[in-house]
Amino acid sequence: MEHITTPKVENVKLLDRYTNRKAANGTLYLTATHLIYVDASSEVRKETWILHHHIASVEKLPLTTAGCPLLIHCKNFHVAHFVIGQERDCHEVYTSLLKLSQPVKPEELYAFSYNPKMSKDNREIGWKLIDLKVDYQRMGIPNDYWEITDVNKDYEVCNTYPPEIVVPRAANKATVIGSSRFRSRGRIPVLSYLYKENNAAICRCSQPLSGFSARCLEDEQMLQAIREANPGCAFMYVVDTRPKLNAMANRAAGKGYENEDNYDNIRFKFIGIENIHVMRNSLQKLLEVCETKSPSMSDFLTGLENSGWLRHIKAVMDAGVFLAKAVKDENASVLVHCSDGWDRTAQVCSLASLLLDPFYRTFKGFMVLIEKEWIAMGHKFSHRCGHLDGDPKEVSPVFTQFIECVWQLMQQFPCTFEFNERFLLEIHDHVYSCQFGNFLGTCHKEREDLKIFEKTHSLWPFLLQKKQELRNPLYKGFTAYKELQPNTLPFSFQFWCGMYNRFDKGMHPKQCVLDHLLSCMSQKMKLEDNASELENKLPFLDGPLPSEACSLSKVGSAASKTPMLNTPQDYEGEPPPVLTNGISVGNIDVMSDVDQKNKENLCNHQDLHDLNDTNVLDSEAREGEPQCH
Amino acid sequence: MEFSELIKTATVESVLLSCAGLPPVRGTLCITSHHLLLSSCPGGDGQPGTVELWLLIRNVDAVEKRVQNLGWYQPPRTNDSPRDTRLAGSSGTITLRCKDLKVLQLEIPGMEECLNIASSIEALSSVDSVMMMYPFFYRPQDLRLEEGWHLFPLEQYFQQIAAQTSQWRLSDLNRDFTTCPTYPADVIVPAAVSDDTLRRAARFRQGGRFPVLSYYHPRNGTVLLRSSQPLTGPNRKRCPEDEVLLGMVLDEGERGFIIDTRSAQAAKQARMTGGGTEPKSSYPQWKRLHRPLERGRPLQESFIKLVEACNDASLSMDRWLSRLESCRWLSHVKAALSTACLAAQCLDREEASVLVHGAEGTDTTLLVTALAQVILDPGCRTVVGFQGLLEREWIEAGHPFHLRCARSAYSHARLKQEAPLFLLFLDCVWQLSRQFPFSLEFGESLLLTLFDNAYASDYGTFLCNNEKERCLCKVKENTHSLWAWLNQPEEKKKYLNPLYSHNPLVIWPSVEPQSIQLWQGLFFRWIRPSQYLDEARAEMQRLVEGNEAPAKESAGSRLSQSLSDPAARTENER
Repeated sequence: MEHITTPKVENVKLLDRYTNRKAANGTLYLTATHLIYVDASSEVRKETWILHHHIASVEKLPLTTAGCPLLIHCKNFHVAHFVIGQERDCHEVYTSLLKLSQPVKPEELYAFSYNPKMSKDNREIGWKLIDLKVDYQRMGIPNDYWEITDVNKDYEVCNTYPPEIVVPRAANKATVIGSSRFRSRGRIPVLSYLYKENNAAICRCSQPLSGFSARCLEDEQMLQAIREANPGCAFMYVVDTRPKLNAMANRAAGKGYENEDNYDNIRFKFIGIENIHVMRNSLQKLLEVCETKSPSMSDFLTGLENSGWLRHIKAVMDAGVFLAKAVKDENASVLVHCSDGWDRTAQVCSLASLLLDPFYRTFKGFMVLIEKEWIAMGHKFSHRCGHLDGDPKEVSPVFTQFIECVWQLMQQFPCTFEFNERFLLEIHDHVYSCQFGNFLGTCHKEREDLKIFEKTHSLWPFLLQKKQELRNPLYKGFTAYKELQPNTLPFSFQFWCGMYNRFDKGMHPKQCVLDHLLSCMSQKMKLEDNASELENKLPFLDGPLPSEACSLSKVGSAASKTPMLNTPQDYEGEPPPVLTNGISVGNIDVMSDVDQKNKENLCNHQDLHDLNDTNVLDSEAREGEPQCH
Repeated sequence: MEFSELIKTATVESVLLSCAGLPPVRGTLCITSHHLLLSSCPGGDGQPGTVELWLLIRNVDAVEKRVQNLGWYQPPRTNDSPRDTRLAGSSGTITLRCKDLKVLQLEIPGMEECLNIASSIEALSSVDSVMMMYPFFYRPQDLRLEEGWHLFPLEQYFQQIAAQTSQWRLSDLNRDFTTCPTYPADVIVPAAVSDDTLRRAARFRQGGRFPVLSYYHPRNGTVLLRSSQPLTGPNRKRCPEDEVLLGMVLDEGERGFIIDTRSAQAAKQARMTGGGTEPKSSYPQWKRLHRPLERGRPLQESFIKLVEACNDASLSMDRWLSRLESCRWLSHVKAALSTACLAAQCLDREEASVLVHGAEGTDTTLLVTALAQVILDPGCRTVVGFQGLLEREWIEAGHPFHLRCARSAYSHARLKQEAPLFLLFLDCVWQLSRQFPFSLEFGESLLLTLFDNAYASDYGTFLCNNEKERCLCKVKENTHSLWAWLNQPEEKKKYLNPLYSHNPLVIWPSVEPQSIQLWQGLFFRWIRPSQYLDEARAEMQRLVEGNEAPAKESAGSRLSQSLSDPAARTENER
């Protein structure tokens, strides 16, 4: 709180980026966790909540006649443009936000103060919801070839790996230790996913310390053990996900890649995914395109191309597809690494698992996948997401890219995921929100040191409570589809407006199919409940039939189908000289609903039993208010 | 001319047919006057084979042949065709690129046969005489010839307007097509303007296309008019009757907008060739806006380039995006939608009447007026209403379908007057359906069917360039109407949008580039795998239907049954 010098500023305008609407006028509040803007100019109270942790940058723009503009970019791609009357107020808000958005000490993170009034037991149960051992059991591990070992229990082998790792039985402790000395940061080859059907495995590690000529007998034994754990195939792939040039450059620093001559029966392959710096710059360019005011089609497509973003997404997807094909079609095990094996390797391994195993396309499975391949294996969320004031060069949208790949798969396979787009967006929000402990720190050891399991809450039970609104109504069940073989021709990748222009509601379809289908689903369930309930009551029933069931469904579907508030945008391109009074008719800010939801998600936390299906219906009824002329 | 003269070889056996996404099949290829058939022969001994291909030859846009002369090479003997001696010499491959964008390959044993087949298809597909086209020969059993031709008389549309205002009248001054050869017999015009004035005004408009009513906006009584450019010419000619006609549309002090679908520059230049625009001084109540829309050759080339890029599987992401940009198709979609929205906004928000024209008034003009109506009028968003709109604003309004849709994106023939304006319109409607998924009664499949039929059809609906030609060719007497076929209950069901619910409001789309997508269902129809998307559609249908009628019924009927039926009741109690 010591950073907040001005907790309340009045006469603040919130500009709308896309229309020439009159700006909202209201009051800005700074709390310990949020920036809150209350719009006073409209009849209904509208609030915009921005979590301090979500703020990526705050800029003070040159003074205008209207006041002092403050531009806030958020990590969830929300952009808020305030104009504050007094320069002094603006400066104070600015300096406060700079500090609030970049905490220095981990204890300042929201998760350590967030208190949803949940019992200690429930909190602890929450952390136990995802148990990676169960997932290994699901794969049939331990078995004749693989074992779960606690060789890393004191983080002696690798301090960025979890205490328990899965390695080939044939690899003894000496092999493991020896191999760890030959791998960057001791990140030895461990199992990521075992394809039970044919025993082919996906394993992951960091780059070898091979330099120009060094070799390591234990590391060679380790790879041999992995290959031999899959007796059905005489060779294994070693995939370096970096561009070849980058990998070669690493040799000069005593690192590099595997020499095919030193390892028996490996097939070595480069898959050129660019590094974190290229990805950071690419996203930056993409966001600039998304933010351009009224771009032409050519501006947009050229900008999209020049950002390279979809090219990178395709590269990650191609790599995932390569892995899945090697495992399924060639029965071959694959060892994947990049440099440290915690960015590109995590993307590629988790994507391949998602393609191979329908379990990971369920709510629970997807949580397991993120816990396993990202959190446990030491993807440095804290650095990549810039949770704390630190090196901006460590920030990179690696996880965002993975989430987008999943979304791209959803577009091609609409019935194969149990969850919908909102689930992905929720997770993405919380990776940055620091409201839950899961994504704090950089690795398991650090999370233990931070005592996150004792002091913070886990995200997963919170998301499961909201399952009704996060589910995919078209999901055909666990057994309907097995492996997925996505098309990776360029046209199959689309710009994800729902992510990068998520807060620009005007750009999205004006009627929401997902909401409608969800309400169809919940009504169906209700009707079935009602029907069986009534049938149970029948023996006691005398007199006319209650008609609630039918009328209810009518009301519900009508509400959800009523179009969203829809007003014409500026179709002129330039400030309209003729249509002076047409534009401002019926301007009702549709953003408020999003903000409202954000607020609910991030702030008003409900207990388990508080949440039920009716929430879904309520929020729809609210959104579906008919437009009045 | 006899078709048989064009067919050099009528049947070839052992032809291998392949097309993307399907396993190749071998069978007997047959050419008839209008169709290309391939039937596979399962048993061989005279059993009727399965028809694997039934292609309207009019649908063929380009024929490419490749002949391999294998004279020096002894091919390995295969069991496949032991009795076929022709194989030993040579064979050929014909690639058929269709107007609906499908690509087929035929491997034909025997060089001569291959060349014969190719030239027969080429000759048959380029027959240009309307009366020789398939609709004049097509006689389905379950349809009557006259059905569907008079579903949407302008009289009926006029009655709707007349119920609200007496300012408009239906005029049949064009009954013999002399005033305007590209207008239908009946047009809706201001009640206060006499036919004589109209005739004079027509002489001042290119092709006689004087301003007529296209749409009456019931909410505020404003109207959408369309015409061709005025023949102002280099000497700034005026026409008092044209000025009176447009003046009658507006009350005193009212203002109207003229949306010219050319740039100000192009409109000015048109004066040199006798055309031009309405000068402010002669039409003081009308404010002119220029919204240039592409048409003609550049639009056709845009279509060709886009289809080329879509069919090139070797493109990298960067190349794909760059070609998507440089073909400019999506820019045209955005521009068309924006202009239609502008027209709609003038009517609905500015409460001002609008006149739309470009040069001839048969292309971009119709694109804008038809699209504006889909945006404004919920009636146009039903299956039948949409058919009525197409009939009124495209077919009767004289969009020259025969010229514009003679060739599609693959043709190597020299471009004449081809331009995919109708496709652009369908694409814009698809964009609307994506942004308002509950507001259109029909789905993508109807738009695809319309595209297919505009380029090659069993039906006469899209034949000829205008009503006059249709009369001369007796299209309505001698061909079947597409609408009759589409409106059969079984057929119609396929085109319905399961999510539809009547939306009485204006649907204002977003025209930001982020909101406009490439219509994959059309441009990648034969390329992308559709299994998963079809399943999703079926699942959605199941969910929605399960929710509406059946769910309610099952709950209700189960209850009433168990109540009225004592047996069931006792069973329940047990």
